[in-house]
Amino acid sequence: MRPTLYYGQLAQLALAASLVIAQTSSALAHGIAGERFFPATILTDDPFVADEISLPQVTTSPPAPDGARGTDVEIDLAKRITPDIGVIIGDRWQRLKPTDTPAVTGLGALRTTAQYQLFVNGPHQALGLLGLTATWAHTGRVQALGAPDFTTLSPTFDFGKGFGDLPRSLPYLRPFAITGNLGFDFPTKVESAGSPNPTNFFYGFAFEYSFPYLECCVKDIGLRAPFNQLFPLVEVSFSTAMNRGLGGQTTGTIQPGIIWAGPYFQIGAEAILPTTRLTGHGYGGVVQLHFYLDDLFPRSIGKPISEWW
Amino acid sequence: MRTILVALVAGAMAIGAAPSARAHAFLDHASPAVGSEVPASPPVVTLWFTQDLEPAFSGVTVTNEAGQRVDLGNAQIPRDSPAELHVGLKPLAAGTYLVSWHVVSVDTHPTEGTFTFEIKP
Repeated sequence: MRPTLYYGQLAQLALAASLVIAQTSSALAHGIAGERFFPATILTDDPFVADEISLPQVTTSPPAPDGARGTDVEIDLAKRITPDIGVIIGDRWQRLKPTDTPAVTGLGALRTTAQYQLFVNGPHQALGLLGLTATWAHTGRVQALGAPDFTTLSPTFDFGKGFGDLPRSLPYLRPFAITGNLGFDFPTKVESAGSPNPTNFFYGFAFEYSFPYLECCVKDIGLRAPFNQLFPLVEVSFSTAMNRGLGGQTTGTIQPGIIWAGPYFQIGAEAILPTTRLTGHGYGGVVQLHFYLDDLFPRSIGKPISEWW
Repeated sequence: MRTILVALVAGAMAIGAAPSARAHAFLDHASPAVGSEVPASPPVVTLWFTQDLEPAFSGVTVTNEAGQRVDLGNAQIPRDSPAELHVGLKPLAAGTYLVSWHVVSVDTHPTEGTFTFEIKP
């Protein structure tokens, strides 16, 4: 009887099988392309399928043009179905305080996203993802909070690119990375309560500098925790109406901030600065606590659903 | 509102502190240090990672500027230090050397990376 050896061999076989499955997939989740780790950004949708949860994200928006102020508490859950296909479900609790009436609270519209990991290029630290987000009608407080009474479909292309493939003679540029989104909002109803619902073109980018990449792959300058896990970044996002009498009207924000990424979760904080009069004035802020389910529960809910059995 | 937030954060921190959790293994530091200059040929390159490694699926090679391997091919993870990976080196001349590593953490997450060091007598 050699039960120890038997179980040992079985364990090795299981590990080898799981590694083969993991390594034949083009997507490793968790925002990794080659030696580049991309943290989950707050404003810019991530260009990778993942098993992660934002719990919570708290946003205080800049005052709107009419002076109203909003505070949101948002939760987003991202789950891989297969190594390359994922879904996201998210919602937010909102508090809106108009200038001359009492504050109102309630849920915003439910959002769901289906995603496909188009490519992961390790040597060039590049990621591409296609997504389709549905913002569902009548899932939030429509009249009080302005949640939509119509469904919006938003096809997007999300991408990421790390600059670690620059020549080694440019060492301090190699930790830079960019992620971005390009997409459209197609409302399923042309008008709500007398106001037009235009089709929007939206585009956003996150410019980040990776201290972890600097330390691991360029030059160890002696940073230690927590500073060697920081990502200073600037995110920008714009949305431009394309039709229904509102063509050319643009809203957008610039959000400078910082993300700290640990082994199991990350924390991010950004200021929110409106870029157009239509967006608002003054400033706001956002903080996010974000967990990596694939690292917390690598052998259960952190795996793609297709690998649960 | 504040109570809800505190409860959410406390719950989240509890999840984050789950003792059974493992994670991706990233390079913590190395000897010779990443991007460093050393005055003489080091006998070994040692890498320390943020998580324990799976020996059967982890390795490291060192190459010179011509792309030729200059390590001894004896990459090893010490039993008493499962987050450490080292490989012996042949005697090296002055120049720049590329260290390429690939590891699998004990929870099966693969990661990889490269860095250089320079011998400058």
